[in-house]
Amino acid sequence: MIRALAWVLRRDLLLAFRRRGDVANALVFFVIVVSLFPLGVGPEANQLRNMAPGVLWVAALLACMLSLARLFAPDHQDGTLEQMLLAGEPLVVLVMGKVISHWLVSGLPLVLIAPLLGLQFDLPGDALVVLSVSLLLGTPVLSLIGAVGAALTLGVRGSGVLVALLVLPLFVPVLIFGAGSVGATVAGTGADAHLLLLGGFLALALVLAPWASAAALRIAME
Amino acid sequence: MLEARQLECMRGDRLLFSDLSFRLGRGELLRVAGANGSGKTSLLRIVCGLVAPSAGELRWLGRPIRAEREEYSRNLVFIGHLNALKDDLTALENLQVAAALAGMPAESARMLAALDRFGIAHCAELPAKVLSQGQRRRAALARLALSPAVPLWILDEPFSALDVGAVAELERLLAAHLASGGMVILTTHQEVQVVAQAVLRIDLDLYAAALLAA
Repeated sequence: MIRALAWVLRRDLLLAFRRRGDVANALVFFVIVVSLFPLGVGPEANQLRNMAPGVLWVAALLACMLSLARLFAPDHQDGTLEQMLLAGEPLVVLVMGKVISHWLVSGLPLVLIAPLLGLQFDLPGDALVVLSVSLLLGTPVLSLIGAVGAALTLGVRGSGVLVALLVLPLFVPVLIFGAGSVGATVAGTGADAHLLLLGGFLALALVLAPWASAAALRIAME
Repeated sequence: MLEARQLECMRGDRLLFSDLSFRLGRGELLRVAGANGSGKTSLLRIVCGLVAPSAGELRWLGRPIRAEREEYSRNLVFIGHLNALKDDLTALENLQVAAALAGMPAESARMLAALDRFGIAHCAELPAKVLSQGQRRRAALARLALSPAVPLWILDEPFSALDVGAVAELERLLAAHLASGGMVILTTHQEVQVVAQAVLRIDLDLYAAALLAA
């Protein structure tokens, strides 16, 4: 089981490496959106500091959604998804491998670059740390929930919009508490409660989302 | 071994076939014939367990396949009309991933031997996207050469895009598999020269005619 997961992970990371351009899209999008805000809004430091958590988190969420289209659709088109369903390993395990690689490729880079972008908003040091931690807890949830949406809309025309409609309501709590944690740090009230809730979301999504994605894939292949 | 009982398949609101039953034992080959759109691929996907039949059931060793999906999957190789190759991976890497997912050892030497059986060992390090249609089909079929121990082979149009040499090689492979007690289900438009203990034939056109008459 672990071996199958490792192979799926290895395969997807290798594919991502061979298609570096596609992968960089989401990251470039994140950097551009976040960098445009200080330019558009003006150099008022207080204002920037207040809007930073929201801007960074919304941009991260949209960047994650951009990359969801690549999660299952290419495998669906070339028939490799069919083979995964017939693999003789629990589909949940294989889905988990795909979600982990999706996060490593599209979520982790956001976590790493976000503190740098936060500097443009004059965020203090402790807020930058909380920003990274909140993204570290939050982006895996986005990948996990996003996988359910991507699986449900597999093979549907105009699936991009549909995925957004399906998963955005589920992303909202993550957005609220993710941005809230950074905001609370800036305001000096402490981010513990927010981060704990994000951790709770992650635990919940880890348990439920792979099963839901696997079930959705089986339905989509019928 | 494999038993289908009164299978029925609906595609959209069209009934493709109903009351389709067969039994397949060791060393037997089942050839599914029928016109385009008669439901050959649908039948194979039902037999694989990818799609649930709208009525009827499939039993493997007497047990319904949907009850023990993974166990059943380990006992079959399915090669569909899609080759299941990733364009950006090499032929060798594609085969390794397929073997690993099927729970087989994935060392390169075995993979190269399998590719060599289909005469594409020299393409092993090339990304699949630069291979020709026939070479891609060969790379997909190389999975069969890896899986002599897997009893049930389900092949959708395995001979398409193959040249004479590859057709002969595939026929040899199928014959050897059947001789060692394996089972093969395939769809094809060509006449196949495969020696088997028994060759069963299902003509889906007859089922369509029966539905029309009813």
